[in-house]
Amino acid sequence: MTEKTDNRTIGYRDALREALRAALLNDERVFLLGEDVGAYGGAYGISRGLLEEFGSDRVRDTPLSESGFVGAAIGAAIGGMRPIVEIMTVNFSLLALDQIVNHAATLLHMSAGQFNVPLVIRMSTGAGFQLAAQHSHSLEGWMAHIPGLRIVTPATIVDARGMLQAALDDPDPVLIFEHAGLQSEKGSLPPDPPPVDLDRAAIRRPGSDLTLISYGGMLPRTLETAEMLAAEGLEAEVLDLRTLRPLDEATILESVRRTHRAVVVDEGWRSGGLSAEIAARIQEEAFFDLDAPVGRVCSVEVPVPYASALEQACLPQVDRIAEAARKAVGRHG
Amino acid sequence: MKSAPSLPEGTSTEHALALLKEMMRIRSFEERCAELYSAQEIRGFLHLYIGQEAVAVGVMEALETQDAIVATYREHGHALARGISARSVMAELLGRRDGCSGGRGGSMHLFDATTRFYGGWAIVGGGLPIATGLALAAKMRGTTEVIACFFGEGAVAEGEFHEAMNLAALWNLPVLFCCENNGYAMGTALGLSESQTDLCLKATSYGMPAWPVDGMDVFAVETAARRAVLSIRGGGGPTFLEFQTYRFRAHSMFDPELYRAKEEIEAWKERGPIRQLVETLTELGVFDEETRHQLEEEIESEIEDAVEFARASEPETPETLTRFLTSPRDQA
Repeated sequence: MTEKTDNRTIGYRDALREALRAALLNDERVFLLGEDVGAYGGAYGISRGLLEEFGSDRVRDTPLSESGFVGAAIGAAIGGMRPIVEIMTVNFSLLALDQIVNHAATLLHMSAGQFNVPLVIRMSTGAGFQLAAQHSHSLEGWMAHIPGLRIVTPATIVDARGMLQAALDDPDPVLIFEHAGLQSEKGSLPPDPPPVDLDRAAIRRPGSDLTLISYGGMLPRTLETAEMLAAEGLEAEVLDLRTLRPLDEATILESVRRTHRAVVVDEGWRSGGLSAEIAARIQEEAFFDLDAPVGRVCSVEVPVPYASALEQACLPQVDRIAEAARKAVGRHG
Repeated sequence: MKSAPSLPEGTSTEHALALLKEMMRIRSFEERCAELYSAQEIRGFLHLYIGQEAVAVGVMEALETQDAIVATYREHGHALARGISARSVMAELLGRRDGCSGGRGGSMHLFDATTRFYGGWAIVGGGLPIATGLALAAKMRGTTEVIACFFGEGAVAEGEFHEAMNLAALWNLPVLFCCENNGYAMGTALGLSESQTDLCLKATSYGMPAWPVDGMDVFAVETAARRAVLSIRGGGGPTFLEFQTYRFRAHSMFDPELYRAKEEIEAWKERGPIRQLVETLTELGVFDEETRHQLEEEIESEIEDAVEFARASEPETPETLTRFLTSPRDQA
C-alpha cells in the first residue's frame, strides 16, 4: 500500500487543535469553554492560539466550576448553540457527573424527544506521566455505562482530527476521551481529512490467529504487541473500538468469529469494567465460535500510584498483553 | 391596624381577578391531584405547590413568549401558569402518551418546547447551571430573552447554586433567579442548615442585585419580577429574588410533617395568597360569592375535562420504551 504523497505528518495534539479551529470556523454556533482554554491555551496546549483568533466569547475561560460550566454548556446547547467543553482530566469530570449523568443524558428521553442536547465534552484520560491517583484514571468505560451518552476515544491521528466534527454532527451528547499518552504521537493525515464514522470500530491490523480488542491509549502498545507476536508466528488482529458506547458489536463479533480467540486490552479496571462488557457480549453472541475463554488485560485494581515503577506495574504492558495472547492460543512461555 | 384596601397603582380589577383565577386554578388542579394520588391514579412522588401559587403566577406575568423557564420537581403551578394545558399536565401525571413528557417524566419532569418550559428537574440545584447556559445562548445569539430559574431555598446549600450564580454574574447573563423560600428543605428548617440565613446576601456577594419579596402577595411578586425583568432585558445582568412563601401541604405525599407545628402552618394560611387577594377584592366590592362561584365553576370544568382527557389517553406501550434515546441524525 502506497501512501499518498500529499499526506502530511502531524502530531495528535495539533490534529486536535486543527479540528477545534475548523469547527470554530465552520459554524458560528460553536464555542469552546473550560478551565484555562483561553489565555493559558489549554492544559495540554490544544487550544493555544484560538483565543487570539476567535476572541473571548468563543474561547471562554471558566472558573473552577466543573458542574457549573458543564451545566451551562447543556443549557447553551438546548438554547441553540454548539458548545465544546474541555475538562482537564476525567478525574475532574467527576465534579460534573450530576450534569453529565442526571441532566445531559436524561433530557431527550425524559422530555419525550422535545429537547436534544447537542453537547460535546472533551477530556483527557489515562496514566503514564506519574500524576498519581487524582489525574491518571481511565473512567471512560464507566461513562459508557450511561444510556443517553456517546463515548468516543480517538486513538489515531485521523480520528483525532475527524472525531470532533463527527461529534458536533451528532444531535446528542458526545464525550471525547483523549488519552494523555497519545498527545505526543505523530501520524499521517490527508490534506482534506475524511469525515469519520462514529458508529464503527476499526481493524487496525488484520490477523487470523486471535483478536486483540483495544481502544484509546492502549492501541499503540497493542499494535506493538501484535508485531512482537508476529515474530513468534502468531498473527493477531487488532481491533480499535473507537466508540465505547454504543459498541460496534457487529465488527467485534465478525472478527472473533474469524479468529475464534479474543483478548481485551483496557486501561480501566477489570471489575465491572468495559472489558467485562465486551467479554460478556462475545460469549453471549459467539460462544460456539470461541476456541478459548476471552482474555482480559486491565490495570491492576489500585489507585494509580506516583512512583514510576509502581505506575508502570499498574498498567497493561506489552509483556502482559503478549502473555494473555499466548494463553488464548494455548502457548505458554 | 389594617390600611384601607387598594390595588397597586396601575392594576386593573380585571387583571387582579385574572391573577386570582390563575392561583385558584392551580390550587384546584393540585387538590384534584391529591385526590387522584389517594385513588392511586397518580403514583410516584407528588410535590404540591399549594400555598406558593402567587410566586409562579406573579413571575409569569412578567415574562414574554420569547423567554424560557427552568423549574424544579414542584412545578405543576409553573407549568400551568406558563401556559402548558391542564390536559397535558394531567395526562403526564397519569403517565399517559398525551402527557407533556410522553409519560416519561411524571410529576417531577414536565417539559414543553412550545412554551419554552425546560423542566421539571429533580436534583436540587441542578437546574441553575442549565438556566445559566440558556441565558448564555440567549446572549450569544444576540436576543433579548430572559431565563427565569425557579428553585427552593434548599438549593442555596448546593455547590451548583454558587457555581451558577458566579457564572451568571461573571458573564452578565439574562437570568432571573427566583428563590422560593418556603422555610424548609424537605423537613430541614433553613436555620438548621445554613450558617447565613439571609439568602439575598449570598446573591449580592456575587455582585448581582437581590431583594426579598413577600411571596404571599401576588402583586408584590409581579411588581418585583417586572422590575427585575426590565433590568435583565436591558442588559443589566442577573437578578436574584427571594420570594418568602410557605408550603401548606407536606413536602410530598409521603411526608408525616413531624418537623413543623400545626400553629405555624395555620398562621401562614392566614396570609395565604388566595385568601389575601380575595379579602382585598371583596373589600373593594369587586368580588362576592357569586364571582367565586362562577370562577370555581369555570375552573372545575377545565380540571374535570383535563382528568377525563388524561384518563382517556392511552398509556405508552412498552414497545416505545427505547424511543428518544437518540435523536434523528438530521437534527444536529
